[in-house]
Amino acid sequence: MADAVFLALSVLTIGSAIAALEMRSLIYGSIALMGSLGGVAGFFFLLDAPFVALFQLAVYVGSIAVLILFTVMLVRRELIFKKIEDRRRKMAGIGLLLVFLVSVGALIMSSGIQQMDSDSPPIDFREIGEDFLVYYWPALVVMALILSGAVTGALVLARREVESGTN
Amino acid sequence: MALIEFVLVSVALLGIGIYGLAVKRNAIRMLFAVEIIINAANLNLVAFSRYVDDSGGQTLALFSIAIAAAEVAVGLALVVVAYRMYKDVDIANFRSLRG
Repeated sequence: MADAVFLALSVLTIGSAIAALEMRSLIYGSIALMGSLGGVAGFFFLLDAPFVALFQLAVYVGSIAVLILFTVMLVRRELIFKKIEDRRRKMAGIGLLLVFLVSVGALIMSSGIQQMDSDSPPIDFREIGEDFLVYYWPALVVMALILSGAVTGALVLARREVESGTN
Repeated sequence: MALIEFVLVSVALLGIGIYGLAVKRNAIRMLFAVEIIINAANLNLVAFSRYVDDSGGQTLALFSIAIAAAEVAVGLALVVVAYRMYKDVDIANFRSLRG
């Protein structure tokens, strides 16, 4: 049962990752990216990490995908459907992908993690909370500052300057 | 399920992301590729945290997701600014970032 779910999730995740990059329309591409991110959230459920999975669903599928969709809609219509890439570069990219997959795959298959299996109980989310508030609280504060700085920076960047007239 | 299956899915996602960064010239699609790479890394973190039985991996994955959200906001703002300047999203046309 779990193996069937795993197989379906792998097909969904990898297939929609490819679709996100190769779909003609950027809008369908971003919807496919949403599917891929949702598939990764499903993997998190399979790994007994429901807290991270729900965080992934809320942040990625909920907000980032919507942000990307709105940005895509700001772009001119013909640019959404235009594919800008040359054929030779694409062939080289596919070659690079295959070489990478085969070499790293062979490396991992020959390494010791093949024998790794777990019978330990899943990690309780209370441990994550303890990690956050006891060991990593300075990092949590810095992350909050980075997030607010990034949002402010994004607003300043994207603001339209009216007086310069260049819109 | 063994750990290696999750790691292999993660390697596949990483390869697709690298392919996208190498081939695509559309700035928004390159952001998609970056997102896919970040997700491959998060999947690895959570998988190893499950099999090594340490909660640190999940904590780091949560940090990584939050930072990725900030990165996407700034990246999309940069794309919008560049689109406003050049009326295009092709990165080959982005000659300079002066206003």
